[in-house]
Amino acid sequence: MALEICHHGFKPWQALQAHQDRMQPGSFGATATFVGTMRDFNEGDGVQSMTLEHYPGMTESQLQAIIDDAHQQWPLQDVLLIHRVGDIEPGEPIVLVACWSAHRAAAFEACRHLMEALKSRAPFWKKETLTNQSSRWVEKNTAGYSSH
Amino acid sequence: MTKTLGSIRQCVHNENMPVKVKLFASMREYLDLNETEIPIENIETVADVWQAIAGDKPMPENTLCAVNLEHTNEAAGISDGDEVAFFPPVTGG
Repeated sequence: MALEICHHGFKPWQALQAHQDRMQPGSFGATATFVGTMRDFNEGDGVQSMTLEHYPGMTESQLQAIIDDAHQQWPLQDVLLIHRVGDIEPGEPIVLVACWSAHRAAAFEACRHLMEALKSRAPFWKKETLTNQSSRWVEKNTAGYSSH
Repeated sequence: MTKTLGSIRQCVHNENMPVKVKLFASMREYLDLNETEIPIENIETVADVWQAIAGDKPMPENTLCAVNLEHTNEAAGISDGDEVAFFPPVTGG
């Protein structure tokens, strides 16, 4: 298991490969991955950049609890979770969640569960700077199971 | 010498630790306050902590609160030395 709050840009696919290279070959049969990437639009406006604030200490403890919950619910070989904080530009990755398990169902379901739990419990906040130079806090996340 | 040390220990034991309060994101801007400490006297719940730092300013709808890094609610009890945080709905991921 690895959990990282990242204060600089990160490369999710390289991080995923590096983590998997440290796992025992043959110990898993399924890998499910989610990568969240910053858009240059939100609610009809152009977005130039974003600042991600968090609550140091609580962020780590909440994410650890979310990962522990997933391990309780599904037979997972491993979990990798990386979340960016600080100043971010469109196209940069915000979050990586990866789950390894023997079979696909546990990996798919746990990966989805981890993302939804993160979005409702982990203390992160986004402030957008729009292309017209105004700024605003993002007030709530989209509903993960109903929006498209 | 022993007596002096004993009285120092007693003094430390009786001294209440203040409550540490942190605010994040739009809540920090709403109260123009990042972090502070308040005496535990007259503080019993999270709601009391809000009143101590915000005065007459109402708590915005959808405000979330945490005590010692765990999500909780306004009615939660507070002990000396606790860390209390107020923040808007989270928007990570």
